Amino acid sequence: MSSILIAISYIAASVLFILSLKWLSAPTTARRGVRAGELGMLLAVVGALLHHGIVDYKWIAVAMVVGAAIGAPLAIWMPMTAVPQRTAISHAFGALAAALVGTAEYYLHTGSLSAFTMGALALETLLGFLTFTGSLMAFGKLQEILPTRPMTYLGQNVVNLALLAAALGIAGYLVVFPGEAWLFPIFAALSLAFGVLLILPIGGADMPTVIALLNAYAGLAAAAMGFVLDNKLLIIAGALDGSSGLILSIIMCRAMNRSFTNVLFGAFGQMQTALKVVERPVRSATAEEAAPILENATSVIIVPGYGLAVAQAQHKVRELHDALVKKGVTVRFAIHPVAGRMPGHMNVLLAEAEIPYDKLIEMEEINPDFSQTDVALVVGANDVTNPAARNDQGSPIYGMPILDVDRARAVMVIKRGMSPGFAGIDNELYYMDKTMMLFGDARSVVSDLAREVSGGR
Amino acid sequence: MTASLETGFYVFVLATLLGLEVIRRVSPLLHTPLMSLTNAISAISLVGSIMLAGEQKSPLSTVLGSIAVAASMANVVGGFMITDRMLKMFKKAGPK
Repeated sequence: MSSILIAISYIAASVLFILSLKWLSAPTTARRGVRAGELGMLLAVVGALLHHGIVDYKWIAVAMVVGAAIGAPLAIWMPMTAVPQRTAISHAFGALAAALVGTAEYYLHTGSLSAFTMGALALETLLGFLTFTGSLMAFGKLQEILPTRPMTYLGQNVVNLALLAAALGIAGYLVVFPGEAWLFPIFAALSLAFGVLLILPIGGADMPTVIALLNAYAGLAAAAMGFVLDNKLLIIAGALDGSSGLILSIIMCRAMNRSFTNVLFGAFGQMQTALKVVERPVRSATAEEAAPILENATSVIIVPGYGLAVAQAQHKVRELHDALVKKGVTVRFAIHPVAGRMPGHMNVLLAEAEIPYDKLIEMEEINPDFSQTDVALVVGANDVTNPAARNDQGSPIYGMPILDVDRARAVMVIKRGMSPGFAGIDNELYYMDKTMMLFGDARSVVSDLAREVSGGR
Repeated sequence: MTASLETGFYVFVLATLLGLEVIRRVSPLLHTPLMSLTNAISAISLVGSIMLAGEQKSPLSTVLGSIAVAASMANVVGGFMITDRMLKMFKKAGPK
């Protein structure tokens, strides 16, 4: 009887998870999607608790309370700028769970594992352990506990690949001889170490891709667990998570015009010591000079970048937006796919500042409009506005899709100084005749602009 | 290959295809909530962890299972809550 109930609850949960992702496709139905996901998870947990093999609920209850006590504060008080870190740490939690379940299953059934189950188990623990340490590393870099610049050394790729090969070799040996239990701790240690080494050479600019990739790994680990435990619900949920991570990493790679191998082994954004910056004149202006131009414009496109998030300027941008709208100016936002530190991050930051989401326009959609726009205001974005990606075949970012800011009638750039962006290259945009540079902290410059536009102090 | 294993592969391949189709349609506007929601959903490893912690087959499996339950539970609670918190903020331009 209970086995039928369990089966029904698992099937219902699978359907609800799929509906949940389907409803997430548009902001109008997205919250319904969350409800569906929650209900699905509730059914799944009830199903698991009904499982006849369970002899004691004490530790389950204690662990669930502990988990909820960790998870809830991370969700309630986490500032939106820190969502990428929270996501990284939650990938670590998910992967840890998969790795530990795999480890326990191995020691419970050491002698009797079939070759296939052992293979799935090895995959589950490999992905679990490497995603665990890899996500912790990503967390450290995003939280800036660890240096965000890529850490590289001679022969790094050889070491990494050798480590992975050793781990896979042991996994292969265990598939044939699952009884060789002394190898398992070595396998686990290699997987853990590989996760650390994999993320060492990744720089800040590649974090969106890497987070998406770790997301896919965590999902695949859960799916592999489904194969080990012969549980279809786990396979389905893991596959959904895996495909989501895969799609997001492909989108991120495309947005930076780079391949997976290049992201993982390319150590993008290293200090380029050979960079020769030619001192060229730029036109610098103050907020007092810039404000009338914005006020008299018919249309303004604001281009927010990572610098905006760092300066916590999103609420000031909202004030500027409101002041301009009040003067009858059409204001829109151009969102590059890699703006922010994880996929879609910039949208969340601007939505938090109560900027209506229908003003947040994607790159492909807004690019044709720049030529009819009076002012493009760039706040803390750099490489994604660099025309060299379109014009200069020798540029390291050539071919990367960019926002066509240079086609607007006038360009304003808010920037701390003339330092280059992640790619370590100069930006032609800053030297154009129609460009005004507003030097200073994004927050205070935007705040000055907003005050000037709304009519002085 | 056992029958159950074969079904497992069917389920995996079809679920991946379905996932790719459904997620392709998610607006880039919502990619961050998407990631936190799929993160909560993949905390389905809670199911496996609960069984492991509750079956108490060996001290090791009970300890590892309980830690896994706590880790997955943190993702379930945190993942759904922060997704909802983010989605609440997305508002259309209202008539002024």
